[in-house]
Amino acid sequence: MSGTFVGMPAFPAAARDAVHDPTLRATLRHATHTIRDKRARAVAELPDWQRLREAGKRVKDHTLRHLDRYLLQLEESVVLAGGTVHWAADADEANRIVADLVKATGEREVVKVKSMATQEIGLNEALAAEGITAYETDLAELIVQLGHDRPSHILVPAIHRNRGEIRDIFRAEMGAWGRPAPDGLGDSPAELAEAARLHLREKFLRARVGVSGANFMVAETGTLVVLESEGNGRMCLTLPETLISVVGIEKTVPTWRDLEIFLQTLPRSSTAERMNPYTSMWTGTADGDGPSVFHLVLLDNGRTDTLADEVGRQALRCIRCSACLNVCPVYERAGGHAYGSVYPGPIGAILSPQLRGTTSEIDASLPYASSLCGACYEVCPVAIDIPEVLVHLRERVARQGGPGHRVEKAAMKAASWAMDRPAVLAAAERAATRTRRLHLARLPGAGAWTAERELPRIPEKSFRDWWKEREE
Amino acid sequence: MNSRDRVLARIRSALAGAPDAPAGPRDYLAAHVPDDPAAVLDLLHENLADYRALVHRTDGAGLPGLLARLLAARGSATVLVPPGLPPQWLAGTAATRVADRAHSTAAELDEVDSVVTGCALAIAETGTIVLDGGPDQGRRRITLIPDHHVCVVRAPEQIVASVPQAMERLDPGRPLTWISGPSATSDIELDRVEGVHGPRTLEVVLVVS
Repeated sequence: MSGTFVGMPAFPAAARDAVHDPTLRATLRHATHTIRDKRARAVAELPDWQRLREAGKRVKDHTLRHLDRYLLQLEESVVLAGGTVHWAADADEANRIVADLVKATGEREVVKVKSMATQEIGLNEALAAEGITAYETDLAELIVQLGHDRPSHILVPAIHRNRGEIRDIFRAEMGAWGRPAPDGLGDSPAELAEAARLHLREKFLRARVGVSGANFMVAETGTLVVLESEGNGRMCLTLPETLISVVGIEKTVPTWRDLEIFLQTLPRSSTAERMNPYTSMWTGTADGDGPSVFHLVLLDNGRTDTLADEVGRQALRCIRCSACLNVCPVYERAGGHAYGSVYPGPIGAILSPQLRGTTSEIDASLPYASSLCGACYEVCPVAIDIPEVLVHLRERVARQGGPGHRVEKAAMKAASWAMDRPAVLAAAERAATRTRRLHLARLPGAGAWTAERELPRIPEKSFRDWWKEREE
Repeated sequence: MNSRDRVLARIRSALAGAPDAPAGPRDYLAAHVPDDPAAVLDLLHENLADYRALVHRTDGAGLPGLLARLLAARGSATVLVPPGLPPQWLAGTAATRVADRAHSTAAELDEVDSVVTGCALAIAETGTIVLDGGPDQGRRRITLIPDHHVCVVRAPEQIVASVPQAMERLDPGRPLTWISGPSATSDIELDRVEGVHGPRTLEVVLVVS
């Protein structure tokens, strides 16, 4: 994955800073609570929501089970429709393919539709190293790019910025990238959106190469689909002469009709709308309408490793709606940056360690970035059991060992020894209840757990004693 | 081994021995509203308006007059016209017609005040109009660059109740644009603002026969 986040501290350290930033916490709380309430209302409009959810889950599982077959069908359909298909095993290969395609056009700049896949592979940085400038055109991505910042939310990458901060970024940075911010720019969202419109329009109207991802790819027809709100996506997908789409292999669905499920569940789950303002669907190239050259780059980059994990592969069902972020008590307090990846929140906590492996400190810490409350599973429109995968990944991390896990292992070993010996256990329980007034409220040597928690009080009598008395 | 073969081989090895996963039932609803054209029309009207499209109703005879009034109210001196737009639709307006020629540049289209199109269909439950590049709609760019888009929907024949009903009628071979309300953003503190890059004003004319 991207080099952007290398060197990030592990989740607990990164989250501690965020938790102590009152502006960030207020901004995040406002945003996540607003969107989660709206989402619940949008979902309640559909009485068959659970059936749509099940259908989406089943279609995705079926596609993943036969992914080789559907990718080959997709490739054939795209080529028939006039496109060219490239396969990229990892980030470096995908970046090289895109850079070479851009260079072949003779252009030195590209306009970009917001795309998680291109962020994941660090495409902008890779293009910059080749002397190509990539302009992010989604408003939130523009805020992140101009602010020399990192995205902190899947859907609203600048969710951690309030309007005052955004105005300051526009005033200070727009001029270096093109049209400067208007004089006396205020901080109302309407004024800020207008400034972005003016700044980006000159880029759209002269752009000759567009780069996008896709929300879905239809194997049967070769159709690609992008959902968006602002129209920047439509600009990038239709005005340039060359369009390059970089898409994860898991975004495939078998049939045209399958889209009817996800076009109902994705907008309501992500922006809490019945439908997002704009959806573009294109099948190869169309005569005289839109780009005359279309390249599709199919991206693996860890997805086949994820597919190999029987429990963890369900993460590949993800349609990137971000509903799980907005309901997560941990995300709400820690913010997206703490997850050290372009995929924050509950889905990031299971996706990043699977795509990147669990060898780094941050990836090994992510399966623990959760209270396992289950809210993420409840809202997921494709029913990914995120808590199940988190526990599964914790097992993997625990097996590979580490300081915390050695203490835990020793404690568990002692406990299992005692539990195998009923007489010992009974004696220990009795001893514990009789000395209960002497016990500490906090356990020394286990600070990470007990610093924020009181130990439960030992009951007056052990269960065995209570049972015995009851029998008598 | 090239990357195509490498990725395919990894997939096959990842799935070796995995249980079958049939696609499962489609027991969700084909539509969420009763099959009543008048109710479906009202729902479309309501949902379009809810996402801040300006909605008008007229009949075939009233259409040229209404379109002329909408363009005049906006002060539009020029209007983009797709090649197959019925000429009588714009019979009442004095605005200069601008054709979208193959060599028209995006910058030229940016100078035009308004665009008037038909549509492929409209979806009532979501308040969506769908364009498929047909002769009365033109290329995707002409409904994107001007700041004012007027879209004509013929009721009841172009209106479907739901997304599944729309999928049945659309041709994936054509470039499709689904539009639900004007361009909008919620990227700043999740406050919805209409109009960023696409037309800031969307007017939908429901022509009821």
